[in-house]
Amino acid sequence: MKNRFIASLLLGTALSFAAGSIASAGDKTVKIGALSDQSGLYSDLGGPGSTLATQMAIEDSGLAGKGWKIDVISGDHQNKPDIGTSIARQWFDVDKVDIIVDVPNSGVALAVNNVVKEKNGVYINSGAATSDLTNAQCSPNTVHWTYDTYMLAHTTGQALVKAGGTSWFFLTADYAFGAALERDTTAVVTANGGKVIGGVKHPLNTSDFSSFLLQAQSSGAKVIGLANAGGDTTNSIKQAAEFGITKGGQKLAALLLFLTDVKSIGLDIAQGLNFTETFYWDMNDQTRAFSERFAKRMKNGAPPTMVQAGVYAGLLHYFKALEALGENPHDGVKIVEKMKSIPTEDALFGKGEIQPNGRTIHTAYLFEVKKPSESKAPWDLYKLVGSVPGDQAFTPLDKSACALLKK
Amino acid sequence: MQALYAQLLVGLINGSFYALLSLGLAVIFGMLNIINFAHGALYMMGAFCAYFLLNLGGINYWWALLLAPIIVGIFGMILERTLLQWLTGLDHLYGLLLTFGIALIVQGLFQNYFGSSGLPYAIPDQLRGGMNLGFMFLPIYRGWVVVFSLIVCLATWFLIERTRLGAYLRAATENPTLVRAFGVNVPRMITLTYGLGVGLAALAGVLSAPINQVRPLMGADLIIVVFAVVVIGGMGSIMGSIITGFALGVIEGLTKYFYPEASNTVVFVLMVLVLLVKPTGLTGRAA
Repeated sequence: MKNRFIASLLLGTALSFAAGSIASAGDKTVKIGALSDQSGLYSDLGGPGSTLATQMAIEDSGLAGKGWKIDVISGDHQNKPDIGTSIARQWFDVDKVDIIVDVPNSGVALAVNNVVKEKNGVYINSGAATSDLTNAQCSPNTVHWTYDTYMLAHTTGQALVKAGGTSWFFLTADYAFGAALERDTTAVVTANGGKVIGGVKHPLNTSDFSSFLLQAQSSGAKVIGLANAGGDTTNSIKQAAEFGITKGGQKLAALLLFLTDVKSIGLDIAQGLNFTETFYWDMNDQTRAFSERFAKRMKNGAPPTMVQAGVYAGLLHYFKALEALGENPHDGVKIVEKMKSIPTEDALFGKGEIQPNGRTIHTAYLFEVKKPSESKAPWDLYKLVGSVPGDQAFTPLDKSACALLKK
Repeated sequence: MQALYAQLLVGLINGSFYALLSLGLAVIFGMLNIINFAHGALYMMGAFCAYFLLNLGGINYWWALLLAPIIVGIFGMILERTLLQWLTGLDHLYGLLLTFGIALIVQGLFQNYFGSSGLPYAIPDQLRGGMNLGFMFLPIYRGWVVVFSLIVCLATWFLIERTRLGAYLRAATENPTLVRAFGVNVPRMITLTYGLGVGLAALAGVLSAPINQVRPLMGADLIIVVFAVVVIGGMGSIMGSIITGFALGVIEGLTKYFYPEASNTVVFVLMVLVLLVKPTGLTGRAA
């Protein structure tokens, strides 16, 4: 009899515990969609590496141990805005995805931005460059994590003008990204007393740049601004060396250069190039530790690019916001607001914050490509030459054209 | 005006690649009746072959020019023996689909292992530097590409149109049974011809390695243009494909100067125009 009483008492306690936990638990499921260029010219800087960064962020967040269930799916937008938006729509409508990450290629990124806003999801963009994501086309659902064209123009661009590069000729990738980068850099050049004397728009994914380079050469500009990315930039730089452009006294401005690009050009040709990034694997013990774990799981053993690092760090911050909310409200605006209210801090980008327009600001670093003799390991490619605090590198809020700021 | 000369010359350089590749396609189509969509992938394999020879075997560019076409050519001959030969007599579409599938598989494999940004391959020491031509700075390597590919193109044309071996080949295409009756091993000849066409693609790949990045998709980007070149020149015409290759390179170069945004569409606009006016291509014979 006594045993029975104790047993029922225990059962009752267990039941009330269970009931209590149901009442306070809420929905702890999250589905992440990693949307990237999985096979084209941007796939090395984002692509499968960004999916890996997503998985590592989930593991490192420790949320699985706290009762959260987090799934990842990945997709290939093939650098086509229509494909990107249809994947995004399917993810929200059919697969019930909560958040889309990465999305390099500004054209696709802007198109996906609209879908995420319409579906009230969360969008952490790391791969795309266009500053429009937090200006004219800003959205309450979007966080632009890693870098943008404004930052590139105000760091690399400004440094070159101040070093005497007063006349510019642009080689611009003919889509949203190239246009944004050229626009933002032109503003910096003219504001600092330089002028733009010409430019040429080339199709995305061009293999032969000799024709464009000859035009740049004959323009006599002191600086040839490369407003392109990935394979387009590496080909431009390689072929510029071939045509003796840098030997002739003209300087190349690699406005956007990634780790994988430098590796692909080779130090012989790339040495001495100045450029800006917000993350490099060999900055401190923490970045090295992360990069080592990352590289071990990459098929070609490559350390993370800043885009992949941004996916990781952005997601960790997203998880922080979810944890603070205690559940997943499946309400993009609410989650992004929470993300903005918490200062950012992680092992890869250090301290920073997300501004009301969705722009994450953190320190930007000026790098120079090492000489072959200075490089001690296969991926030992950069030399740090300076840094710009986040509030000076990124668009000041009073200059941002974002409608969210005018409330 | 000076800029224009420079653009013409640059166009000629690109034309060299178009000519070499479309020549290989024309040889394969003319002799085997196969539309070889794997051509771009084989071109890429040529470049990778040069890269491996240098980095794994320490074998320099000059040997790569000789060895890479042979190695990739042998790979091509294995493809022909094991896969393509079963398609003899079937509709063109089957060959196209099979080779397209091969191209996707080969590119996919390379991309899986080497990513998409490509590997560096340096210009050989003897061909570094450049000459000032007055109107432009011509990298010596690029000049070499034009001269060398022109020689290879003409030699191939001579081999097929002017030698006894070439006569056998052409006869075997017209009437394989009759040629076989004369004691010529026609299947072996066809295999060798495919090997030759593939070797030309690989040679173009080696030539292009120091200029472009050695990338898994380098052929996929190029092959579409090259097919347009072949269509414009006329399927199966050897001289036609050489001349059209160089000519389209120049036209594309001029477009890059006058209206750069259209530089990757101009070839296709021309293709449409040619097909409307002369469906067999500029030098093609009616089927």
